[in-house]
Amino acid sequence: MNTTEWFGIAAALLIGLGLYGILTQPMLLRKIVSFNVLGSGVFLMFGVIARRGAAAGLTGDPVPHAFVITGIVVAFSASALAVTMALKLHEDTGESAFPEGEDATAPDNPDEDKA
Amino acid sequence: MSDVVLHGGLILLILSLAVMTVVTRDTFAAITAFVVYGMLLGLAWVALGSIDVALTEAALGSGITGALLLRAAVCLRDKEAAAEVRRPGRAAHRVSGLVCAAIAAGLAAMVLMLPDPAPSLAPAVMESLPATQVKNPVTGVLLAFRAWDTFLETVVLVLALVAVWGMTPDALWGGRPGELRQHAHDGPLVFLARVLPPVGVMLGIYLFWIGADEPGGKFQGGTILAAMWMLTLLAGLTDAPPVSRRWLRAAMVAGPATFLLAGLSGVVFASGLFAYPPGFAKPVILLIEAASTVSIGVTLCLLAIGPPSRPANR
Repeated sequence: MNTTEWFGIAAALLIGLGLYGILTQPMLLRKIVSFNVLGSGVFLMFGVIARRGAAAGLTGDPVPHAFVITGIVVAFSASALAVTMALKLHEDTGESAFPEGEDATAPDNPDEDKA
Repeated sequence: MSDVVLHGGLILLILSLAVMTVVTRDTFAAITAFVVYGMLLGLAWVALGSIDVALTEAALGSGITGALLLRAAVCLRDKEAAAEVRRPGRAAHRVSGLVCAAIAAGLAAMVLMLPDPAPSLAPAVMESLPATQVKNPVTGVLLAFRAWDTFLETVVLVLALVAVWGMTPDALWGGRPGELRQHAHDGPLVFLARVLPPVGVMLGIYLFWIGADEPGGKFQGGTILAAMWMLTLLAGLTDAPPVSRRWLRAAMVAGPATFLLAGLSGVVFASGLFAYPPGFAKPVILLIEAASTVSIGVTLCLLAIGPPSRPANR
């Protein structure tokens, strides 16, 4: 086993950790951060696959590298949109997490509809 | 041997910081851990042999994403302190933990079972790269071989900003994003915001220019330009422009528009959509990269500071 495979196993663990955060952290902002951890794990796995494809004098396959650069930029755009939506939710309802339990679908604040 | 120690230590640090990012109760501590995690992940990309991705991860994945998350954490701080959010119970934690461990174990097993020899497009890229006249294979893939993907990505940036601006309250439409900052005359932030931007702007342009032949390119260069603009905004040396300004919108779409025009001109002057005329590939690629660097810089900064929050005349 060489160190490239260690990075592959680390990438798998990061994906698991990120998913755990998305499932267990109640605050939306923390879910977004966890989503970024998950995403970086997926990118790292691309890096391992690119590294294994090193050939023709290159240190890695440039096609997955290009995908990851594209992916990082799109992940940032998605995070910026998600953060704006979380802040908007907080501004409008005062919530910073999804409502839970049986009353999840019932409006917490009836005045909200009039606004 | 030194690889084993260095890479092993780096992986342990990355994993511990990821655990801290995910499980820590305090949001600020979690975001700080995330920023350091992103920087170390940049080093992991160096270890995996890609300086291009390392630069993007450190500047965008860690730096500007960190700034965005911190801004959100400050806005949500009072709420978090005031009310304890309901957390999932112990059973839910255990089930989630088991499911995630199983997924991680499955992925790890798959990584260890990848085919050998690994499939690679590297020889194909190197064979066709001379036709693009650029020497950086990643730039060749981004701007020539998979130009359509990269074009759509620059469009995604603009669409994301349109969606963010779409959450502006009606009364503030056309206003300025971000908080109005008092201009402080001294202090380390103001000093930094005066000294760093000239160097940073040079570095951003250099990264775009060198990107044709060496690691770098429009995303890395544009990200540094965005960071410099954010620094002067944070220090109160400049104020964010109202989002209704025409020059601002022109700067946002300059990159995608140039990219699209260059792609369409391929139908007339070359063999098809996003094909470049033989012999002129490099000038066309540099033109697209130059326009995109400006658009990416402006759009990333505006995405990070959020929708308009105050009227234009203040």
